[in-house]
Amino acid sequence: MNINLTLFGQMVTFAFFVWFCMKFVWPVIIDSMEERQKKIADGLDAADRALRDLELAQSKATDQMKDAKQEAAGIIDQANKRAGQIVDEAKNQARTEGDRIKVAAEAEIEQEMNRAKEELRASVAGLALAGAEKVLEASIDEKANRTLVDKLAAQL
Amino acid sequence: MAGGNPASTTEYIQHHLTNLVYGKLPAGYERTTEQGVEVLQADTWTMAHGGQEATDMGFWAIHVDSMIWSIGLGSLFCWMFLRAAKKAHTGVPAGWLNFVEMIVEFIDGAVKDSFHGRNKMVAPLALTIFVWVFLMNLMDLLPVDLIPTLLMMAGVEYQKIVPSTDPNITLGMALGVFVLMLYYSFKIKGTGFIKELTMHPFNHWGFIPVNLFMETVGLLAKPFSLGLRLFGNMYAGEMIFILIATMFAAGAGAGFVSGGLHAELFGEQTSGYFWLVIFLLVTGVCWLNLKGKVSTGKTVLLCMAFMAIGGGLFALGGGLMQWGWAVFHILVITLQAFIFMVLTVVYLSMAHEDH
Repeated sequence: MNINLTLFGQMVTFAFFVWFCMKFVWPVIIDSMEERQKKIADGLDAADRALRDLELAQSKATDQMKDAKQEAAGIIDQANKRAGQIVDEAKNQARTEGDRIKVAAEAEIEQEMNRAKEELRASVAGLALAGAEKVLEASIDEKANRTLVDKLAAQL
Repeated sequence: MAGGNPASTTEYIQHHLTNLVYGKLPAGYERTTEQGVEVLQADTWTMAHGGQEATDMGFWAIHVDSMIWSIGLGSLFCWMFLRAAKKAHTGVPAGWLNFVEMIVEFIDGAVKDSFHGRNKMVAPLALTIFVWVFLMNLMDLLPVDLIPTLLMMAGVEYQKIVPSTDPNITLGMALGVFVLMLYYSFKIKGTGFIKELTMHPFNHWGFIPVNLFMETVGLLAKPFSLGLRLFGNMYAGEMIFILIATMFAAGAGAGFVSGGLHAELFGEQTSGYFWLVIFLLVTGVCWLNLKGKVSTGKTVLLCMAFMAIGGGLFALGGGLMQWGWAVFHILVITLQAFIFMVLTVVYLSMAHEDH
């Protein structure tokens, strides 16, 4: 229980160890810890940012998808319309063609009819005359009757 | 070592409380050695033989054991933490570095809580105090007789392995803190510190002597309470270990049933024979069990009975008490290291506060 030189020995030792700790131990450890803390905080920040970026990208993707869908729907509409148009056009064309063919056919028929009429007309006088000749047996002046019958035939 | 003899028990305790001292004996000192009384011709620096010589050395003596253990443990602290500092990196910490960082963070938090000034020295100071004092206190948990007995075999007479049970050590640290307190008080407050000592708590020039007296007492009480608190706690803890050890030694020497008996009947030398008889009985019963003559249950019961009679139970009781006190003491040593650290920080914080 004696107080002696040990007291001062311990004071010097104490001072040395505190100095040593202050110089070589504490700053190194606390600096590395603070740096790590910063690193972790940065990492968490980055993670947050990435999350926000992801959300942004997702909403952007959704928007784009919606646009694309709309566009697709528009294209399909257009295509339908165009198809209808084409069908209509085709119908019209067909109708016109049909009409044209009908008109041509009618014209041909008329031509045929006219030709037949002409032929009939040409031969009707002769036939009538031959008939009449048969009926009258040469009593008829061919010449005078001929004009008569021609006149008749022209009326056909 | 102690037995039931009160004189030898006192001797045992005294021996445990004596430091290994190296110091100066004055000229003309009568030194009692095995060869008889020797009168010193001149001042002599030597190892003290016994407590009386150590006391007679007065101030010019040094507790070699306290200093060696204190410096050794301080160096251990520096080396361990330096190793961690060398390996410190910003990646994921592991193992020892992790542990060191945990302590550093704990100290840093405690310092930030109670110290509000700007000083790069306080936190490392707190770390040094906490870990160093803790290590010194931790020596208390080594079995009290282990190292002193081993060193005695090697020829070292006295050994106190717990530096913090030496008031020189605790007061030395407290005085170190006191010097820092004074230094920072003057540095931060300058004349304000003088004013604090003289004009507080009664702010009138007529009260200067009263104020000075009160404030000086208050100021001096800080380092003394700091050092003596640690010393007192550790000394008391050490004392309890020693007291349990004396009971333990007594129990191991005799045994609670036979202790009185054999001392009455045969005297001190017989405990060896007594133990031999118990040993032979136990061995015999075990041998009979191996031969199949006695059932295992009976063997166990018989052995237990022999051992209880032989003092095994009592010795076990002593061991359990040592263990129980050690468990409790773990709390004490940690708490005392923490208190020393926190009070240091608080005192330095007060030194930094400018009113």
